[in-house]
Amino acid sequence: MEIKVVRKVLDVNEKMAEQNRKFFAEKGVFVLNVMSSPGSGKTATLEKTLSYIMPEIKSAVVVGDICTSNDADRLAGTGVPVVQVNTDEFGGDCHLAAHVIEKAADNIDLDDIELLIVENIGNLVCPAEFDIGEDARVVVLSVTEGEDKPVKYPLMFRECDAAILNKIDLLPYLDYDIKETIHNIKQIHPDMPVFEISATKDKGLEPWIEWLKSKVNSKQKRL
Amino acid sequence: MHEMGIAMEIIDIAISSIPDNVKNACVEKINLKVGKLAAIVPDSLRFCFDIVSKDTPLAGAKLNIEEIPVVARCKECDFKWTINTPVFKCKKCKSGLIDIVSGRELDIISIEVVEE
Ligand SMILES: Nc1nc2c(ncn2[C@@H]2O[C@H](COP(=O)(O)OP(=O)(O)OP(=O)(O)O)[C@@H](O)[C@H]2O)c(=O)[nH]1
Ligand SMILES: [Mg+2]
Ligand SMILES: [Zn+2]
Repeated sequence: MEIKVVRKVLDVNEKMAEQNRKFFAEKGVFVLNVMSSPGSGKTATLEKTLSYIMPEIKSAVVVGDICTSNDADRLAGTGVPVVQVNTDEFGGDCHLAAHVIEKAADNIDLDDIELLIVENIGNLVCPAEFDIGEDARVVVLSVTEGEDKPVKYPLMFRECDAAILNKIDLLPYLDYDIKETIHNIKQIHPDMPVFEISATKDKGLEPWIEWLKSKVNSKQKRL
Repeated sequence: MHEMGIAMEIIDIAISSIPDNVKNACVEKINLKVGKLAAIVPDSLRFCFDIVSKDTPLAGAKLNIEEIPVVARCKECDFKWTINTPVFKCKKCKSGLIDIVSGRELDIISIEVVEE
């Protein structure tokens, strides 16, 4: 006998994400989900970003890591509240799911912040599939990763609202065609802004900071 | 990579869909729709499913996966087409303003059950 089901497999996560989104909206907190392959420079980009936007935009960070606290320690150095989640406890997952964010948010005073940044697990596949209740998604890609990444991982580049192309300080030493990377990104997501930066050498961050500030402020205005 | 978690969700949903009046249910087949844009590799999903379904009423069930093509519609000129290469621009007017009509699915459609 055939029994009709017709349900999304990720139904539970999607409902939880919607609940998070509602809760963050009530608190007036803008949530940014930052994703990339391992080592593209998410933590470095966030350290630098926080140094630009604090104290103007009060922020906190949730950082996912499979088993260490290195990234949390680095981010705490910027003076913002940092909550570390090791997905080990949740089965060593390759992504942060909505219920993990709900738990992590318990440890943050949401009345005191305007921006919650989530550094997802380093992985270009899985995090794209899991809504966490965020307002915007950003993918960080570094110039050492090859020009074809956007076309190899189309879902990630479709799902994100902006791309950060990091480590441009290394361009003189590489045989890398940055125009081709940008062309590939635009094939997947034609109107997505692409910010070329060097997080460690502090180059090119202003347009990205302006973009982020305007996103956070537009949510504040809607309240 | 997250196929293990997906397989566990499928098992939860399938078990909760077995009607109470079916005694000793044995699920023979699970019919799924998976979009080509979804971050799922059908073979690794089957592999994970076989592992996590052991000792459940779903042990030995077959995952019947219908792959759904990526279809887009242009917001400017309303042209609709199937995306086979990773280019998300209107084939007719080159606009980048498009809606993804299908291809993101990850749905359980039905289960096929026998009573023992
Ligand atoms: N040259 C150069 N190196 C960078 C830049 N940004 C980051 N790095 C280096 O790249 C390495 C990885 O940077 P992280 O910020 O830890 O990368 P991540 O994406 O947070 O890594 P995971 O969280 O482990 O996935 C570190 O050694 C950084 O110093 C940059 O702009 N230029
Ligand atoms: Mg990091
Ligand atoms: Zn068109």
